[in-house]
Order: sequence, then structure tokens, then C-alpha cells
Amino acid sequence: MSGDTTNGLIGDRVTRTEDAEFVTGQAEYTDDIATSNAAHAAVLRSQHAHAKVHDIDTSAAEELDGVIAVYTAEDMEEAETSAPRKIPSMSTDYIQVEPELFRPVIASDRVHYQGEPLAIALAEDRYTANDAVDRIEVDYERLESVTDPEAAIEDDAPTLFEDYPNNIAYDWEFGDKDEVDEAFEDAEYVASASVDEQRLIPDPLEPRATVADYDSSSNELSIQMSTQTPHSDRHAIAGILRHPENKIHVQVPRVGGGFGAKIHNYDVESLVPWCARELERPVRWQATRSEIHQTSSHGRGLNLEGEAAFDEDGKLLGVRVDGLADLGGYVSSHVHMLTTVLCIEVINSQYELPKLYSRIRGALTNATCLDSYRGVHEVAAITFIERLMHESAKEIGMDPAELRRRNQIPADAFPYETVTGTVYDSGNYQQALEKTLDVLEYDELRERQEELREDGRYLGIGLSAYTHVSGVGPADVCKEYGIFKTHWESGRITVHQSGTVTAYCGTMDFGMGHQTSYAQIVADKLGIPIEDVEIIEGDTRHLNDGVGTHASRSLVVGGSALAESADDVIEKGRSIVAHQLEAPEEDIEFEDGEFWVKGAPERSMTIQEVGSQAHRAWDVPGEPGLEATTYYLPEQMAITSGVHAAVVEVDPDTGEVEFERYLSVDDAGNRINPQIVEGQLHGGIAQGISQALYEDVVYDDNGNMVTSTLQDYAMPKSFHVPEVETVELSTPAPDNPLGAKGVGETGPIAGNAAVLNAVVDALEPLGFDGSEVDTPLTPEKIWKGVNDQD
Amino acid sequence: MTEHDIEITVNGTDHEMTVDSRTLLVHALRDQLGYTGPNVGCESSMCGACTIHLDGEAVKSCTVLAVQADGSDVTTVGDFADRDSLHPIQESFSEEHGLQCGYCTPGMIMTTSELLERNPDPNEEEIREALEGNLCRCTGYQNIVKAVESAAEKMRTTATAEGDD
Repeated sequence: MSGDTTNGLIGDRVTRTEDAEFVTGQAEYTDDIATSNAAHAAVLRSQHAHAKVHDIDTSAAEELDGVIAVYTAEDMEEAETSAPRKIPSMSTDYIQVEPELFRPVIASDRVHYQGEPLAIALAEDRYTANDAVDRIEVDYERLESVTDPEAAIEDDAPTLFEDYPNNIAYDWEFGDKDEVDEAFEDAEYVASASVDEQRLIPDPLEPRATVADYDSSSNELSIQMSTQTPHSDRHAIAGILRHPENKIHVQVPRVGGGFGAKIHNYDVESLVPWCARELERPVRWQATRSEIHQTSSHGRGLNLEGEAAFDEDGKLLGVRVDGLADLGGYVSSHVHMLTTVLCIEVINSQYELPKLYSRIRGALTNATCLDSYRGVHEVAAITFIERLMHESAKEIGMDPAELRRRNQIPADAFPYETVTGTVYDSGNYQQALEKTLDVLEYDELRERQEELREDGRYLGIGLSAYTHVSGVGPADVCKEYGIFKTHWESGRITVHQSGTVTAYCGTMDFGMGHQTSYAQIVADKLGIPIEDVEIIEGDTRHLNDGVGTHASRSLVVGGSALAESADDVIEKGRSIVAHQLEAPEEDIEFEDGEFWVKGAPERSMTIQEVGSQAHRAWDVPGEPGLEATTYYLPEQMAITSGVHAAVVEVDPDTGEVEFERYLSVDDAGNRINPQIVEGQLHGGIAQGISQALYEDVVYDDNGNMVTSTLQDYAMPKSFHVPEVETVELSTPAPDNPLGAKGVGETGPIAGNAAVLNAVVDALEPLGFDGSEVDTPLTPEKIWKGVNDQD
Repeated sequence: MTEHDIEITVNGTDHEMTVDSRTLLVHALRDQLGYTGPNVGCESSMCGACTIHLDGEAVKSCTVLAVQADGSDVTTVGDFADRDSLHPIQESFSEEHGLQCGYCTPGMIMTTSELLERNPDPNEEEIREALEGNLCRCTGYQNIVKAVESAAEKMRTTATAEGDD
């Protein structure tokens, strides 16, 4: 077997090779791109959450010096080039989203949320573009609005779409309700939990940005943009603008964070290239922070409530769960999948759950469209089940660690098909739990908790055992879930004549260090110095197709594509060496970048020499060149798992939560670069903690966003998050050649529940009702909960 | 719109330019002079990605007017880049993995530089306090704090070595 060689780079804490350009300020983000003759775009956005639009008067804006053009939906219908279509929601077999519910690129006669685009102004500089927007007059007829999903499905709620009188976009069920109800009848113990999950703003620090240009002689539309998914954007924009896909070139500069918010096909990202095509000149745009808060997709916003049934030994018999998602004004690209199938696929977490019934509805509200944010709605699922396990332990009178231990899937049960049909490939959940308890010195900690309570101090210990589906890709899974395109990934490796290597991958880095970890894989496999490997992503001309970076998939699927391409390069090299050294192929050994004839090590060639020979091609057995492309398709998903624990002290007089400790014990399979993995955990956990305690999107009664700036929205600062201790465990993923499991999203998935459980645990002696949690648990809510105030 | 002729020195280079009264310093630096090190993240002084030094003081260039900087000396993260090797602060941010997407990094480095000038041996609490005006969405701040500690140590060692000469 080829490709087993190693120069020790895989698994090494290699300092990121891309860092120099970032620490020197030379990294080029989309708004750093220098353009000449570019028009600057600014967008007029609806000031109302729900209104009919009778007229938009752009004449005063057009008269302003320096204004190039102003376009409304009506102007676009009348323009020379075809008007943009709506942004489609992905089709699935189990939820049909009618085109009426698709998000428009530009609103015409009705707006459904505050911030919806109504016109785009183009000017010679960014200040004048904003002046133009200020001069546009809109004749609105305001309508009653609703931003609370519970209120939206009431009979007397205002209706967003005539065909959906109860504002319910979908009503999805899983499992046999009667069968699950029977399990509850047989139960010894029943406990309930509900989590009223707030909306969050993913808020990557770099706002969305696009620079587009159009060449009429070739019909070529070139788009530079901040995105996680360049190839999907090319495809989507081709459809929205009715432009040939092969005449669109998407190129991605450095991306300043994404967290799931730069996956979806957005409105302005199509409006900017539309304007470039119409004007035949470059157009550029970067969103303001308020535009991001008001119009980039929000995450979370899925309320789950339900119950668990247990037998006399505390073994799970069944779970019932009811969910309501706060979809916002339209159904965004992926939200209907994320809030249903992709939520409940991990709702049993690490436990043997024999029966499950769930019903999840999606409510249309006059709020920003909901979609993915790091951890997507696995966060809701794990938070729900982990809160439920905590509440159940109380009900049963058992320690919460013991209740988890009794229900964990045994280490010898893998591959394990869960109640939802998800196949867990590997893991050792007992090891993670015992390690956590051991590091925490759990029994002593419980004793100390008791002692402190006697002194009127309230320490809380919160556990969160999680599973996370990474490496989504298997064709049968994608087909079953109705994911529009199977999640393979492409990777190409070229060995140049000089022996240096360029590797291309269809994923898109936005801070996770692909340039380093991919180079580690390629250099390790090929036995060459890491400095000799160049990694290229984010250009639809360099690589024909790709899927992109989301769902903790890059290393697992993209990294595997590169690993297999490296193996193919070695195989091709072997055939060249065999030919040139006149030895049978099976006698050619390869290690550390060198091929040699078995038993005759002096008859050898380095991979660099082979590259040179392959390009010279005077005497090669097959095609010239030394290159391989892999479209890697996983056969199984790689299930990441672990246990997180938060230890907090809560001051019942102020409601303040102080961290004593945060422990993260994670099985991410083989770690290619442990330093990068830990960095992913730190950042993700901060987002989980922040969901539990700080961040919240707030609308007033008229659907005006109150948290439209970073002044009002509680993105955590340096002193809001504790130091995280990480412990590495590993059961390598059996399916992929790297044995890797994705880790990017695990922080918020595990973190939210760990913190919520810790706070509830702390306040238990004070009568705080943990069974219904309305997140975030701000000091005010905690104080009211303790002091019995509504 | 009233225009003003101003003179500013950026990273040691003198510039004469004409700006509108309302032009923000960050836009003058980025759009007119091409210094794209400082990034625009929030336009409201909250995120700190645009932090520069104005006459030696760390300020957020999104809430300073370009005319206010007339006659001033501006330093951006790019000033460190002109040197032959990385500055200890830059080096430590990389070694300690104190950055991921890098968008906040120019601001973090400028704030750190001012902190260490003021307090060469800050403890963790002082570091976290000093960085409160610089948001990072990627790292959870943990490795940024480590990077600042490591940079401080390197710079103290260098200062001591120089003092010994």
C-alpha cells in the first residue's frame, strides 16, 4: 500500500504558515482589493419590518453629483439584462418549499423584515452612494408585524403570506407517536425540559463584501467575494442572474471569519454582479455592521421542548420532542433541513435511545431570515437532550454523571445505528465521561459544592456529553436528507518540474488554517518539505468544482481528497521509476520522498527527480506530468464526540455567573495539527458560553431590531470568557484515510448545555426552575428566577 | 462638501492629501493612501479592527476624522512589516496561535504594542482589560492572551539584554 510514509508532519503542532501575511497587515480581504473606475454600492433597506411598498422615488438620489445609477426591482425588470430571480431554498424530498417563500434578491411591493433591500445606489465613492440612499423616498403602508414564533402561529397573528394563514412554512414529523406514547405509559420516571432558544448573529468580524466586474466582449462575470462556498456561489448566481455558469469566475480573497453565515446565497451578492453587468464597470460593496446584524442570516432560534421516559434502572425508554423554529421573513437556503432532519439526527447524543417521536414546525416571522451558524441546530438538539438528562437525573434522584453512564452507547457497539437512522462510526463515550470526572475530581467537587452551599455560596457543575456529525458526504445520506448535492470534495495535487508542489482543494478557509494543515498532509505523504507545498483554495478557475467549507467537513473530506491524490501521485511516480530503473513496479519502495528498488537502495530516485522526468517526458510509461485529482466521497460520516464540563459560581443577589473551570474532553480522531484543533475548540466554546449567558437578538414590538450594532449586541469581550482546558482523546474515524473527525462546530454544540446545566445546578437549592430555560441566562433572568419574579 | 488639504505621516512616509470634512481617517488611509492593514469591522469604535497609533496613542481610526489627523504621525500594523523580521508581538501571535481569520489581528497588535509600552509586564487580568476594546470572534481570546504574555516576556528579555550592553 502506498502513502504510508511519514516525515512526522501529520500530528505535529506546526505553526501556521499563513500567519506572516496576517500579522503584518498584508492579508488581502475583499474590501482591500484595489479597483480602478469602480462604482461603490450602497443598499436602501426597508425601515419597517412588515409593509406594503406603494412607490419608491429615486429621482432626488439620481440627481446627486457623483451618482451613477439607482436601481429598484422595477428598474431591474425593465433593464437590458435579465432581472434577478429569487434565491431558491434547497429542494428536499421531505419538505417542499414553495417558490413564494423564497427570499427575493430585491423586494418590490412588500417587505417582510426590517432591512430587506429595496434599492441599490451606485456612486463614484462610498460616501456619495450612502448619500444617494438617504435621498430615496419610499411610500410604505405599514402592516402589523410579529417577531415571536409562538405568537406568529396564533390565529390572530398578522399573516406574512396569504397562502400560509398560520405562518407555518412546514410541519415535519419523525417517528411513531403512538409507539412512543406507549413507552411513556410503561415508564418508571418521566422528566421534561424546554429550551427557548434565542436568535444569534454569527457576526464574523469581516462583514460580507463583494467586488464584481463584467467583460461584455467575453460575457465574463468575475466576482470576488467573502464566502465559504465559492463553487456553490457560482452555481447559485448563475441561476439568479440567468448567466452561464461557465462564464462566471468566483475568486475569494482572505475571508475574515464565516461561522456558517457566508454559506447562503445572499441578495446583495447577486445585486452587485447584476449592476456590474448592467453598467459594464466594476462595482464594489462591503456591508456595514448594522447591515450584517439586520440582514445576514441569524442562527439558532429553534425552541425545543419534550420529555424523556426511563425504566426503574434509569435506562431511557423514549423521548418526545416538539420544536418551533423562528424562520424569519422567508425560508432561507438551508434552514428547513437544519431545523428538522439535521437537528434530530443527534438528538439521542451518546445514548441508547429505543424510541423517538418529534414534531418540528417552522414559523414565518417578521425577522431576519434564519439559517446556519456554527453547530447549526445540532446545538439545539444537544442542548435539549443534555438539559433533559440533567433534569431527569434530578427527577430520578441519581447523579447526572451516573445517569449518563447508564445510557451511553457501549464502546463495542460501533458502527451503531441510532433511532434516527444515523450511523455512528466510532467512539468511546465511557472513556470521555470517566476522563472528565477524573480530571474534575468530580466526587470531591460535589462535596465542596455541598460545603459551599452551607456558607451561602452556589457552585454549579454542568456536564454536556455530545455527538456531532462531521464529514457529511455519503451519497445515501445526502439523498435521504434531500441535500441538493452530495458532499464530496475535490483535491488536486501537481508536482511541478522543479519538484515543488501545488495542491488545490474545493474547500474555503476562513480562519481554520487550511494552508498549514493541508500542507502537512501533502508534505507528509509525499515526503517533501512543507515549504515546498502551496495550497490554493477559493478560485473556480483553479479547480473546476468543489463543495466548500461548512459542517466541520474541510479536513475530513477535503483533507481526505488531498490524501488520496497524494497516494495517486505516488503510484504514478512508482510506475515512472519502475520504467526508468527497469524494475517491476511491485519492487519499487517509497518512503520519505524517495523511491528505490527493493534490495538495491542505491538504485533510487527522489520524488522531485520523478517530477522532473514526468515533465520532461522523454521516457515515461504513460501520460506526461505528475498530477492527480480526487473527488473524495465519504462512505460514512465521522462522528465527533466528547464531554464538556463547566464549573461556575452564581451570585444569587446579582445573578452574575463566574467561571471556576471549563473542561473540554474531545475525541476528534487523529488530529493533523493539535494546535489548530485546540484553537477551534477555544473559539467554538466561547460561542457556546456566549449563547448560554450573553448574546441575544432583540426586536421591539414593531419588529425594529434593537441589537443592530455591537454596542447593543453582546458579542463577548476578552474578559467574558474563561480559559479552557482541553484533553485529547482519539478513536480514529474508520472511513477516511486520515482517521480524522471534524471539530470546528463542537464548541457551541457542547458548550451551551454545559454552561446552562452548571447554572441550573448551582441554583437548585434556591428553587430555580431549570426545566424551562429561556436563553441567554442573563443576570436579570437568573435573579428573577431565584427571587420568584416574572 | 468642504475639502481640506492635510498632511499626515504614515509609517514614516509623509503624505499630502485632500479630504472631505467627513472623511474618516480609516477611509483616508485605506481608500486614498492604500494602507489596508487597519480593517473596518463596525464603524462604531466597538470592534477595534481599525486600531492604529495616532501620535503614539492607540485609537480606532473609524471614529477619527481625517482632518483631525492633520499634522499627525500615524502608525499602522504595516510599520512592523517593513522590518527584516517579525516584531516579537507579531511572532508571538503566530507562535501562540493567537489569530485565526486574522481580521482583528492588526488592531490586536496595535493595542498590544501600546499596552506593552505602558506596562511591560502585565498580568492576565491586565491583558484582558487592555484588550476589551478589540473583539475577536475566532479565538475565544485564550491564545491572544498567551501571545501577549509571550511577547511581553520576549520584549523584556531584549530590553534587559540591551540594558546590559
